[in-house]
Amino acid sequence: MGINENPTKLKPSDFASDQEVRWCPGCGDYAILKAVQKCLAELNADKAKTVFVSGIGCASRLPYYMSTYGFHTIHGRAPAFATGIKITNPELDVWIITGDGDALSIGGNHLIHILRRNLDCQILLFNNEIYGLTKGQASPSSRSGTVSPSTPDGSHESPLSACELALSSGATFVARGVDTSIKQLIPTMITAKEHKGSSFIEIYQNCIVYNDGVFDSFTERINTANQQIHVENGKPLIFGENRNKGLIINDKHSAFEIINLDKDKNNINRVMVHDETNKFLAYLLTQMKEPDFPVAIGVLHRVSKPTLDEHFTKTNNLNKNKISQIINKGQTWTIDE
Amino acid sequence: MESSTLIPSPQDDTKEWSTTVRFAGDSGDGMQLTGGRLTFEAAVAGLGLSTFPDYPAEIRAPAGTTFGISSFQVRFGDGLIASSGDYANILVAMNPAALKENIKELITGGLLIVDKGSFNQRGLTKAGYSQNPLEDNSLLGIQILSPDISNLTLEAIKHLDLGNKDSLRCRNMWTLGLILWLFSRGTKKTSEWINNKFGKDNILSKANIAALKAGQAYAESTEISSDIIRREIPLTKSTPGTWRAITGGEAMALGLATGAKLAELKMTLCSYPITPASPIMHYLAAYRLENVSVFQAEDEIAACCAAIGASYAGGIGVTSSSGPGISLKAEAMGFAVSIEMPLVIINSQRAGPSTGMPTKAEQSDLLQAVYGRHGEAPLVVLAPKSPSDCFNIAHEAIRIATKFMTPVMILSDAYIANASEPWLIPDINSIEKFPVKFEAEKKDFLPFSRNPNTLSKKWIKPGTPGLEYRIGGLEKNSITGNISYDSDNHSEMTEIRAEKVLRVASDIEDLIINGPDKGDILLVGWGSTNGPISETQYKLFKEGVKISHIQLRCLWPMHKNVKKIISNFNNVVIIEMNDGQLYKLLRAEIKNKVYTINQISGKPFRITKLIDELKNFDLIGH
Repeated sequence: MGINENPTKLKPSDFASDQEVRWCPGCGDYAILKAVQKCLAELNADKAKTVFVSGIGCASRLPYYMSTYGFHTIHGRAPAFATGIKITNPELDVWIITGDGDALSIGGNHLIHILRRNLDCQILLFNNEIYGLTKGQASPSSRSGTVSPSTPDGSHESPLSACELALSSGATFVARGVDTSIKQLIPTMITAKEHKGSSFIEIYQNCIVYNDGVFDSFTERINTANQQIHVENGKPLIFGENRNKGLIINDKHSAFEIINLDKDKNNINRVMVHDETNKFLAYLLTQMKEPDFPVAIGVLHRVSKPTLDEHFTKTNNLNKNKISQIINKGQTWTIDE
Repeated sequence: MESSTLIPSPQDDTKEWSTTVRFAGDSGDGMQLTGGRLTFEAAVAGLGLSTFPDYPAEIRAPAGTTFGISSFQVRFGDGLIASSGDYANILVAMNPAALKENIKELITGGLLIVDKGSFNQRGLTKAGYSQNPLEDNSLLGIQILSPDISNLTLEAIKHLDLGNKDSLRCRNMWTLGLILWLFSRGTKKTSEWINNKFGKDNILSKANIAALKAGQAYAESTEISSDIIRREIPLTKSTPGTWRAITGGEAMALGLATGAKLAELKMTLCSYPITPASPIMHYLAAYRLENVSVFQAEDEIAACCAAIGASYAGGIGVTSSSGPGISLKAEAMGFAVSIEMPLVIINSQRAGPSTGMPTKAEQSDLLQAVYGRHGEAPLVVLAPKSPSDCFNIAHEAIRIATKFMTPVMILSDAYIANASEPWLIPDINSIEKFPVKFEAEKKDFLPFSRNPNTLSKKWIKPGTPGLEYRIGGLEKNSITGNISYDSDNHSEMTEIRAEKVLRVASDIEDLIINGPDKGDILLVGWGSTNGPISETQYKLFKEGVKISHIQLRCLWPMHKNVKKIISNFNNVVIIEMNDGQLYKLLRAEIKNKVYTINQISGKPFRITKLIDELKNFDLIGH
């Protein structure tokens, strides 16, 4: 589905529309747009069968910059539009583009329901922890104490963790990426595309104007090795400059603990191996925060479940009644000529 | 209807006649079902009929209380039967609470049938009676028939050992047996129906049939007072063909599916549960039709958005709701207007504001339908005039939506959704098709180029190679569809969107006038009030009043000939179940003397009320 049958391989630039990109210079969105275009080129995607659906916000302008079908809808509701699209035309490959305000605040309800229904689509949540387009108010993922035009004394609220919410909503694919490392983001997008069901990717994205540097503690080049852990299914959970730190589960607390692999050779055997089907493990990965723990990046969770569109295709194949039959059903009477 | 005879006497046979029977009882007493059976018997005889189920919002209120009473009214007869009757000629009350809630619906001199067995101290107290109304002369002037239905039912089926509780559930069939006797109908058809429902050898079939027959036998025996006149339901001649009874909800569901078929489109109904709109979703789900998908969304907003998504993807998206839900959908409707996408929205109006009275009818969402969106966001507003008209309006809505690339709202209401009438089943294949043509031309492709006649833009189906385009709620350049903040372009686009909707007026049938096209009084209604208004006109016209009637089915844009029709009458009377919303909409069109009759009680109009109001205005003689 959505793969180009035309033998001419498309380049990333073939997925760019003729519209001038209007994000602020230096915005993290540019890198993500590039990653999306590269991903589609790599997949040799069929432009005609690819639809980008977005809500409202800076991120949601992305569909205008793609040469595929694009649907810029209303605030928070992209998952609902996408659901109608997929039920009606399951042939289409649907990508939902959203932000933290769009997906977690005004559209929170739609996000949890698309995930529990497992509609086959990709959801890219650009998380910059701030409202950009409306000029810098605190968002549901802003950290406690964020000073903004609407919270001059610092926000009171606890931030919502997008991946944790996705997991508890029953998402079958939960991943994380960063705008500063699209080399790692592109394979995650490709895996997301290959997954059947709702593939949710939270992408940390820097807002250069209203929340600049908020992710520096783990995205600055000097911090990445120690403050990010790139998880891979079946591989031990190791990170650090010399890949000398490992994650184990503390039996007493059911929580992660970091062990040093240099101290004892056998320690490597104690390190937890990533199992993307293990929801509990995925939950622990979403909980890790710097500075004490590295931020988990990559595919945190993936399981296989029937999708909503499959369900509709199946019932549509079974439902064969014609109106002319139904209309005559029940108690009728005939008046003769 | 003012006549106090129970049932018009046989010598009136040559004249037009009608009888209204009202069944009232606890929600669990099976009154809707009992009424439905009598309806069927009348229908089979070829009579005109109209029904009105009236039920509370509570699902199963405590037994015997007044707030748990549900009722079913059926009127049948010869001549014009468009409303379910002002007052009942016969009232069946299964307990004291049912009597208390419904006695005001019984005509003076009418027949009251009660279950004496339920008029015990407990039942009376629950209903709030300090004295037994059957004994304190408060029902003077009413004929009362009060068999101990509870006991007689138990007696009739005691050989089946069903137990007290289940046995008493057959009280409604006992009562039906008696009612059928009043109209000289046997028990054969209902017995067959019971056997079909429960299975021939099922104990419930046996019990219900035994109760039904016992009720009829009771009536046949001498115990019924001889001054109660029985009536034979005469066979009348209606249009030849196959008929069925249909509710507005069923007709809407069938009409939508038919519209999608005529448009050669897949239909996706996206809805969220709400009273009284849910039956449309239930019917469409139960029909299991080819090319129809039903999606229950997480909320009203999602339902509307998913429906727009369905149309965007090349199907026809439909969303169905009621007042509060429609308010929630407003932003998405505006979006559909902006991107010029077909969409059908059904509003089964109920008494508002807010939760209001969810099971009661009102027409108070008209101005919301026409104007209730941010920005200049016109769309088409249609209103069916009867339960079966929902079928026509529904497929017409899909035709207009797809031809003009516009959202279309259908204003139904709680009354029309639940009421039923006989319907000559149409031949689907004889209705003119309107197959949708998606844009296919790649050369010089401009997403917003328009049909010069309808002003409708192209419908581009995602999946079509070479037509990849972007669309959204930002203002669009009138030709390329690209984002545009240009002020002249915005003015132009606003005008185009308004003009496009106005052009729908040339594409719909002219308004038909009931009565002469010139005269003294013109009654103007819209939607579900057609029954009582048309009967009022019919009755007064026969008495020599120069009166005519129009029932608007297209509220926005207005029918092209409305203005002209109105100008030919001295007095215009606008009749609505709201505080004057059509009046506000029409005011600019009317130069004549205008009167308004408004009722906001949650109930349909009574013909007698309309006539009284016309008398109050001195438009007709006292």
